[in-house]
Amino acid sequence: MTFAEALLYSVVGIAVVFFALVLLMIICKILLAVGGEKKPEAAKAEAPAAPAPEPVREPAPGSAGDIKLYDTDPRDAAMIMAIIAEELKTPLNELRFKSIREVRE
Amino acid sequence: MSIGSILSTLWETSGFYMLMADWRQIVMIAVACLLLYMGLVKKFEPLLLVGIAFGMLLTNLPGSEMYHPELWDAYIAGTVRLTDIIHDGGLLDILYIGVKAGIYPSLIFMGVGAMTDFGPLLANPKSLLLGAAAQMGIFVAFLMAILLGFAPNVAAAIGIIGGADGPTAIWLTSKLAPDYLAPIAIAAYSYMALIPMIQPPVMKLLTTKEMREVKMEQLRPVSKTQKVMFPIVVTIFVCLLLPSVAPLLGCLMLGNLFTESGITDRLSKTAQNEMMNIVTIFLSTSVGATARYDRFLTKDTIMIIVLGLIAFEFATMGGLLIGRLMYRLSGGKINPLIGSAGVSAVPMAARVSQKVGQEANPSNFLLMHAMGPNVAGVIGSAVAAGFLLALFGG
Repeated sequence: MTFAEALLYSVVGIAVVFFALVLLMIICKILLAVGGEKKPEAAKAEAPAAPAPEPVREPAPGSAGDIKLYDTDPRDAAMIMAIIAEELKTPLNELRFKSIREVRE
Repeated sequence: MSIGSILSTLWETSGFYMLMADWRQIVMIAVACLLLYMGLVKKFEPLLLVGIAFGMLLTNLPGSEMYHPELWDAYIAGTVRLTDIIHDGGLLDILYIGVKAGIYPSLIFMGVGAMTDFGPLLANPKSLLLGAAAQMGIFVAFLMAILLGFAPNVAAAIGIIGGADGPTAIWLTSKLAPDYLAPIAIAAYSYMALIPMIQPPVMKLLTTKEMREVKMEQLRPVSKTQKVMFPIVVTIFVCLLLPSVAPLLGCLMLGNLFTESGITDRLSKTAQNEMMNIVTIFLSTSVGATARYDRFLTKDTIMIIVLGLIAFEFATMGGLLIGRLMYRLSGGKINPLIGSAGVSAVPMAARVSQKVGQEANPSNFLLMHAMGPNVAGVIGSAVAAGFLLALFGG
């Protein structure tokens, strides 16, 4: 096999991989559109005019966003979150952690 | 018969005597012990490396007769049937049938699928682009192997090391270039274990501190229905696109369906634990057994080890470059470090993204974001393997 032929195979190969995964991306988007549960926005739209009775709270920072660490090493925090997710049998992205504080006796 | 001749006969039939016949056997025993040290002490992929190293040790102990590569050569040439191998072969020959038939890698994929959460991928489908880009390493290594004079089928098997996926590498190599199974499997698993050392320099080279500091938004929630539908839909579409990938991808998705459906918990647990463990023992020892001294200690093995490293580096670069592009296009909302997790070593590559991101910004938690490209990489490398098998498997 010449280098030119190999190059052609490589270009086609990476194109096929991209094509397959872009196809999957589209499928995922369709799945998200049709297979999802009712979005909170939809519920909000049903009563748009009424102000919220409770004070507006900032969305709780989750595991992928800000998290307040008090006397806690980030590595320990990551480990704690992973352990909690494992114990609860819940994916980490479905949990919200606001802060982690080390309690000293 | 004198006692001297008895002792002489005993000595000549001993492994120690046969060991003198070829110094390469001693070297291979030393290599096997080194790999055992790496697995047991350094904890480099111990679940697989220990089995591989021990298989390597057994096959290089002269007189053990546990694995016969000549039998498999004859089988490939069509002069020996599988029944002959069962009759005349050793224990590891019989276990190797599962590798040759592509059974073990597929069953391991079933266990991997049962353990994998595709939620982060579904929550952020763009992750699939990163998983695709990280397959660049496969094709760069393939090109370089061709340049170095390897046959196309062997070059394809070497390239798949860049997929950073052990079962996929073993599956493809057993079909395209069985003689190279041991060096390719060892390279793939060793580099997967070394990912925390291989990736960070490239990650830091291809990203700025500002990019590494980017905190990503919380992933959207994914419903159970979506998670159940995902493996079914992916199997239909990808296997129709590339039928050759059906054994790997089909098993991956079946395992995932066992878990996500929530009503086949027993099957999911079996796939994740007992089955996976049993198959891992069979797979690792029989793959290690193919590393016999006369076939392993060659110039090709050294080239494969080097090409494997190049494949991993280019795979990391591919993911990072698309990550950078997504960073630009998203207006700085996507941290390009998650791109390097597109190499499918799950979950090691995602952990490296998390670690490097946190070094730049201690309050950065990229793990779940990196899991999307990470599992996309598993699918991407399986697709690439299917492509290479379709071209070079005939």
